[in-house]
Amino acid sequence: MPVKYHIHTAPVPNRFPTVIRSGVIAWEEGCLKCPKCVKRECVYGVYDKRGLDSRLMSDSLDSLCKDCFRCVQNCPNRLIHKALNPDYKNLGDHYWTPEIISKLWFQAETGRIPVSGAGYGGPFSGSGFDAMWTDMSEIVRPTRDGILGREYISTQVDLGRKHQALEFDTLGNLLSPPYPSVEIPIPIIFDILPWSPPRDRINHTLLRAAKKINTFSIITQEDWHPSLQRYLNHIMLYLTGDPEGFDKEILKKLRLIEIPDGLKVLEIQKWLKGINPEAVIAVRIPLNPQAKDRALELTQSGLEILHFMADEFGRDQGEAPLFIKDRIKEVHLHLVKNGFRDQITLLAGGGVAMAEDLAKLIICGADAVTVDIPLLVALECRVCRRCAEGIPCPVNIAQIYPPRGQARIRNLIAGWYNQLLEVMGAMGIREARRLRGEMGRAMFFEDLEREIFLPLHKRN
Amino acid sequence: MLRYILRQCSVLQCSPLSSGLARLVSGLFTVPSQLMAFYEGIMFDVSQFIPPEVKPAPTRFRHGLSKFRIVIGKNCDNCGLCLNLCPFGVYQPGAKRPKAGKDFLCLGPACQKNEFYCIARCPKDAITMNPNPSFEVLGDRRWTADLLASTWYMAETGEIPYQGLNYKTGDSGGGFDKLRLVFPPNKALDCPDEDICLSLDLNRTGDERPSISLPIPFYLGGMSFGSVSINAILSRVRAAAAWGTFCCTGEGGYPDDLKPYDDHIITQVATGLFGVREETIQRVRIVEFKYAQGAKPGLGGHLLGDKVTTEVARMREAVVGSSLFSPFPFHSVYSVEDHKKHIDWIKATNPRALVSVKVSTPNDVDMVAVGSYFAGAHILQLDGSYGGTGAAPDIAKKNIAMPLEYAVPKVHKFLKEEGIRDNLTLIASGGIRTGYDVAKIIALGANGVCLGTADMVALECLRCHNCESGRGCARGIATTDPELTQLITQDWGTQRIINVYAAWMKQLRFILKRLGITHIRDLVGRWDCLAHLDYIKAEEIEGELE
Repeated sequence: MPVKYHIHTAPVPNRFPTVIRSGVIAWEEGCLKCPKCVKRECVYGVYDKRGLDSRLMSDSLDSLCKDCFRCVQNCPNRLIHKALNPDYKNLGDHYWTPEIISKLWFQAETGRIPVSGAGYGGPFSGSGFDAMWTDMSEIVRPTRDGILGREYISTQVDLGRKHQALEFDTLGNLLSPPYPSVEIPIPIIFDILPWSPPRDRINHTLLRAAKKINTFSIITQEDWHPSLQRYLNHIMLYLTGDPEGFDKEILKKLRLIEIPDGLKVLEIQKWLKGINPEAVIAVRIPLNPQAKDRALELTQSGLEILHFMADEFGRDQGEAPLFIKDRIKEVHLHLVKNGFRDQITLLAGGGVAMAEDLAKLIICGADAVTVDIPLLVALECRVCRRCAEGIPCPVNIAQIYPPRGQARIRNLIAGWYNQLLEVMGAMGIREARRLRGEMGRAMFFEDLEREIFLPLHKRN
Repeated sequence: MLRYILRQCSVLQCSPLSSGLARLVSGLFTVPSQLMAFYEGIMFDVSQFIPPEVKPAPTRFRHGLSKFRIVIGKNCDNCGLCLNLCPFGVYQPGAKRPKAGKDFLCLGPACQKNEFYCIARCPKDAITMNPNPSFEVLGDRRWTADLLASTWYMAETGEIPYQGLNYKTGDSGGGFDKLRLVFPPNKALDCPDEDICLSLDLNRTGDERPSISLPIPFYLGGMSFGSVSINAILSRVRAAAAWGTFCCTGEGGYPDDLKPYDDHIITQVATGLFGVREETIQRVRIVEFKYAQGAKPGLGGHLLGDKVTTEVARMREAVVGSSLFSPFPFHSVYSVEDHKKHIDWIKATNPRALVSVKVSTPNDVDMVAVGSYFAGAHILQLDGSYGGTGAAPDIAKKNIAMPLEYAVPKVHKFLKEEGIRDNLTLIASGGIRTGYDVAKIIALGANGVCLGTADMVALECLRCHNCESGRGCARGIATTDPELTQLITQDWGTQRIINVYAAWMKQLRFILKRLGITHIRDLVGRWDCLAHLDYIKAEEIEGELE
């Protein structure tokens, strides 16, 4: 078997204090000075270790407390309380919730996947990706010795066009020459950030991370800078302006090039192929209700990668916006129905916030997924969007030191990779390529409600 | 007969001595297994079961956690009026002024309408009441602070809460929390509580094995030694014995301390086979074959190295301090035929045991159920994804496998269509928080339920989700740390769990009476007793929704 893919991680502390869910309020007034103070009895030694948390640059009391409430319940004069932190509640928005942001921070900091005791405490389901569950198998064999064992789960995917079937002449010679193809070991590509402070250092950081985990980062034509030349193997260049004005020597060396959808898309593709026949060309298409027809049309015209983009909340551009997973499902099934699905690579992005979204979007039909905002969150972004309005970033992301930022993004992607393995392992699927479109191995809220809860009300 | 009497003694007093005697006596009169099965079947008459006594078991901590916080200000002249007014015992006398030491018993603002409302009656206007900020930090969408506090109250008193806490539903926005029981008009029964039977038969296959009946519709699920403390385990086991039901060992071996309760133990055979020996299988009346756990379906178990103490390591035949993995899946089971082979193996090892199969809730859970039945299982346990765990990836808990509220009706319907519904005992677990959840899941199609988290909450777990960190649970439940283990005494723990279930039994009898049902088995699969608020409006239904 090929060499096993692995991302090495090491903890990378935050530069700024993280925003914590709750804090400790301990009154001094009225203290009885008990010889055996509850603060001394803290199991986690929170009060003994109290000080300026060097990691967070804040009072360590709040960050170390694990909410066991023993001091709250045992202080004779009830001087210790806990309270929710209003700043935490205000993080992000309805989609990029405080829980998502703080879990992304945790992964970027530690490189570990979020693990906890006791049962799941969240809502029954929700909108978007939360309206689906992935399957598990009681007796299918995932791997002989666990998901991280020798006989491992492959997350590699191929980007490019494929033949529906190989053709041979009467002598047995192959008549269908192979299309150029790019392999990535993990089905994640870094996308253009919807908003960010000045991107000079950020782009370097993203490309370093893309190189580290051996994938690609999409860089726009306007962001191109000769200093990025050393990352050519990991750049997916997005040609937004006039392609003919771009340095042909660079175009010749790129492996992935993206162009916007439009009337001249076939023409530009042909022109690019003329310069660099080995490059795989992707078309970036806004996700909308016509996506399925456009996908079929472009596939039939011989394109290689279709990259569908939803907005940052995962919504398409329809009048009553449909969520990305549902629209991609539609596109995938339309291509399947017409017999073209295996010829094209589908990329999808917009609103991918957690590792499970990655797995779910692939199950709904994407070959690989593009990720944007979580990369910024790994760099300590609070999703306040002040940068979009020109207000300075509270955590100064523009000044990130690229090696440090790289390590945080690497940690986050390592966490996502390991979680993808968990999901695939539970399903008994050992190939990310086979996860694509496996909707029979997922369960959808609407289907289950229709099947299970609606019949409850057929009263006689 | 002697054995029966002695077992009853052991049930009622939880005394290791009398139960030990029972085994000695039964050892003296060796009975052929078939005959014994026959006796076991007729001996345990649930109608004669005497429920354990409820006794007060107050919080181990100085103060209970209350929804409202009462403060008596400096202008109090210690007249003592509030002490006399409050019928709930919120106040205790103090040297300078009374103390509101039990404000978790307070009704809160709802008390305003009462004549004894202390805030209005205080001659010095010295009493203030505010929401307790700490209370807001507690709980989550499934186990809200209200549910936690009401469970603590039930564990302390054995009574249904009166304080206006929501003890019926959580805030998860779907499933249990959107389902309501429909109480039809003019059907309510007017009979004593004792006339409502809550018993559960575990063997419906009609084979020659014992028919075990429980006086209550549930047993307690597996928590291994290692993941929780020995005192927590023994509290659960003793409470199970007192209620005439069972408690599962989980996958971690069979501590010697449990031997006196052999007749109330389910031993677990899981993928790691930790602590599984011929002798442990032969010792019990039910053996549980665990395929998957709802909290981490398809992922196997993982005991972190910190918790593998000398004692844990000895029992699991492992190395101290090194993490233990229980792999997934059973590496010898890849088909129903393999599955049958394993069940046959257990049945041959212990000719009197019933076999339970615990599975998670995948898409094809209905097929799994049928497969298990034909492989020879007596009990099928569906473990939903809200179930407890010492440590599991959050991604698994949230996303993998379907919620229990879908799986149970799906399996119930399929088994009915296959004509085998009456031959299999269907147990639901993973996320049953209240007596109302019990009634709802039975109405959806389960025969009974299996519980775990509710016991933990009875022992004052507050779901901080840090079972796995450091020395383990700071509240002395999920830990093997010798000092933290001492935070719980067995007597206290046993009583707390007994009390919670005493309150649940009251809830269940109350529910059944209002439904006009005298035996809980008649509630199984009664979808007409349920309404889902997303699909039907209260005014469209005749009857009360609760």
